[in-house]
Amino acid sequence: MSLRSPVGRVLGLGAAGEGVGHWWALRVSSAALVLLSLWFVFALVRLPDLGYDTVAAWIAAPVNAVLLSLLVGTTVYHSMLGVQEVVEDYVASHGAKIATKIVLQFIHYLLGALGIFSVLRIAFGSAA
Amino acid sequence: MSKPQYERPLSPFMMYRWQYTNTLSILHRVTGCALSVGLLLFVYWLVAAAGGAEAYADAQAVFANPLVKALLVGFSFAFFYHLLNGVRHLVWDTGHGFEKKQARLSGWVAFLGAVALTALLWIVLSRGEV
Repeated sequence: MSLRSPVGRVLGLGAAGEGVGHWWALRVSSAALVLLSLWFVFALVRLPDLGYDTVAAWIAAPVNAVLLSLLVGTTVYHSMLGVQEVVEDYVASHGAKIATKIVLQFIHYLLGALGIFSVLRIAFGSAA
Repeated sequence: MSKPQYERPLSPFMMYRWQYTNTLSILHRVTGCALSVGLLLFVYWLVAAAGGAEAYADAQAVFANPLVKALLVGFSFAFFYHLLNGVRHLVWDTGHGFEKKQARLSGWVAFLGAVALTALLWIVLSRGEV
């Protein structure tokens, strides 16, 4: 005997009624990060040094700037979804849960904006 | 907290005998959280580079600090472990690799692979300094 209500079966929802989108987004962003993060590590290791001139010139190259922006954006997104899941699991009080999630969301958007703006600033040659 | 009056059923994680795969599983979450913190350093590095040569030199001094360097080694291990174990999870999501033998083997591959890749990364990175 199924314990699911007839309506629940029709709508195809689990116990929580939502969450598939969150779960899927975490998986898709993780697949993208496998490629982007490995590219980044390989590229970083291949640089002759990590001094300012070398790094700034590397970031400024069009393909690097685009991939780096995508890396920052995807990492921030994946990290945000991940810590949200952790907060949902461990913070019991409903109010504290929502507050913590919002604060973490703000921090992540801030980090994403800072990271991508920095990459673009170097790429467009407006860095000091 | 008052003592429970009835024997309530326990959550699975309180019931099962410990196995090292438990630790590998929680390590995925721990390294994920660590990487969320490490994201701060990554963004700091980018902001410093965008701030010009002086700001970048300041950041280089911060990253050269032995304590920060130890932290970076830790973050790089967290990165490689989360990456390898994340792929393990993606394979599981397709419905494969759940047999006890396979799951244990892939666990070892993820953990030892992360140790090896971390060591390799820092050997390559420090080649210019020695």
